[in-house]
Amino acid sequence: MRKIYFAIICFIVWVLLTWNFGWQELTMGVVVSLFVSLFFGDKFLGIKIFSPVRIGWMLYYIPIWIYYCIVANIDVAKRVLRPKMLIKPGIVKIRTNLKTDLGKVMLANSITMTPGTMTVDILGDELYIHWIYVSTEQEVEATKIIASAFEKILKHIFE
Amino acid sequence: MIIIGIVIIVIGLFFDFCGSLGIVRLPDVYNRLQAATKGVTLGTCGILIGICFMSHQSVFVIKCLLCCILLMLTSPISTHALVRAAHIAGIKLWDKSVVDKYEEDKPKPE
Repeated sequence: MRKIYFAIICFIVWVLLTWNFGWQELTMGVVVSLFVSLFFGDKFLGIKIFSPVRIGWMLYYIPIWIYYCIVANIDVAKRVLRPKMLIKPGIVKIRTNLKTDLGKVMLANSITMTPGTMTVDILGDELYIHWIYVSTEQEVEATKIIASAFEKILKHIFE
Repeated sequence: MIIIGIVIIVIGLFFDFCGSLGIVRLPDVYNRLQAATKGVTLGTCGILIGICFMSHQSVFVIKCLLCCILLMLTSPISTHALVRAAHIAGIKLWDKSVVDKYEEDKPKPE
């Protein structure tokens, strides 16, 4: 069943990318999406994510993400353009209470796009964050500064 | 519409430029990747969205938005892979770095 959902999603992406409704393109799209889903369909996470409540939270999450992305870029621009660079880099550890793998991955992605932080690795519940200006080395405080804004929303989407 | 598109493209180019400048100016691999990921992701998305505003065909709009989504999802993942590989390969942090918690806990290579 998973493989069929995965094939349908692949086919939609194919149609959007080619945007050509001749029968040759559509046939090729069906063949390619079936072929891909034969191998990678098992990795698909299932249809559970597509419930209305989760999609609502996702739509709420997107503007927040774009906002943090723009803030991050202005932050990088300021640090790079200043003649004497203001950096104090280091790798700190934070702890998350998200349980699912997809939730952790999205948290890591979001942290990479926020100002001055970048995920290095995830081991169990702990994320290792490279921080361009380390303001605290304590685990609890660092978690509060870096991850708390995203964690609350991601919990509604993925758990 | 064309003026809005040009303004967004110029903003995107500015962020791309900052990202590239960061690669030259910042001291080590990790800091450089920070600047590269952030600057280049938003800069490229800016250029793509500018093209959306400038073109009159729906084909370009849909393709540009799909590219934006894919870029936003995949570029943090590739950065993550690069940073982890660099750390495991034993590349040192910058001399003035204050803390490295990952060094203590990382899985040792065989």
